[in-house]
Amino acid sequence: MKLLSSPLVCRDAVELVSDYLDGTLPRRQRRRLEKHLAGCDACTAYLDQMRATIAASGKVGPDDLPSDVLEGLVDLFRQYRDDN
Amino acid sequence: MIQSSDSHPRYSANSGGTVLLVDDAALLDNLLGGGETAFSELVRRYHPVKVARYYVGSVASAEDVAQDTWIAVIKGIEKFEQRSSFKTWLLRICVNRARTSGVKEHRSIPVDPNESGPSVAAHRFDQGGFWSDPPVPFTDAVDARLDNAVILDAVRHAIDTLGEPQQAVVTLRDVEGLSTQEVATLLGLSEANVRVILHRGRARVREIVEETMKGTKI
Repeated sequence: MKLLSSPLVCRDAVELVSDYLDGTLPRRQRRRLEKHLAGCDACTAYLDQMRATIAASGKVGPDDLPSDVLEGLVDLFRQYRDDN
Repeated sequence: MIQSSDSHPRYSANSGGTVLLVDDAALLDNLLGGGETAFSELVRRYHPVKVARYYVGSVASAEDVAQDTWIAVIKGIEKFEQRSSFKTWLLRICVNRARTSGVKEHRSIPVDPNESGPSVAAHRFDQGGFWSDPPVPFTDAVDARLDNAVILDAVRHAIDTLGEPQQAVVTLRDVEGLSTQEVATLLGLSEANVRVILHRGRARVREIVEETMKGTKI
């Protein structure tokens, strides 16, 4: 069993990155990761890549909506509105 | 009483196509006045077919659930008290519809967050656990490139290739922007499970984007 205070290796550090970016990493784990990141350019690059990936995911937006699906729904809306 | 008026909100356009500048609250006000433009914009923004797909066995069934969701929205919008965001309200309706429609065959698939293995392929580390094949650093230009169609296409493709729990969680959390708690509630998972599944899904998406960027001159 690994001690929580022992230094992280890269293979374990990458497993903490998602929770770190969401702010859900327990304080002690966060400190261990930040200590590791301070001396590891590769894991810092990994963190930056993950951050950029999440940001890009937020810009993907919804899939293209088929026009016939949209038109059908607007027709339903119009019908309900006019009946009420 | 819904009236037959339709005062069009202001539109603007960006590189990705026509986008409304108005927020959901303004659209909902317009919708309550019977505005079909507002309705069609909400459908464009939030058509919940991806979420529905998590629960049902086919794209066609997912479209049916998504359509039923919008019908429920049309009929129930006057009762929406805006204690949650419109998106969360809509997705909750969608999930409830999918669960109660008798077509939720996917829910029998067990969620095992540990089945996907490590976040980064083992061969990229040496025996001591340090990088032997480190990630290629993104350049300072990467933030500007996030709007680049190549990157967005890579992310979209990567999310589409995820397994079902990961795809649903990444879509709801990172694409739709819901909180971990909201995702957990919608999918009937614990927050701890959501975090683990999210972590795996993000790692896979990052990996595919990294591969794409290696082949793309920055």
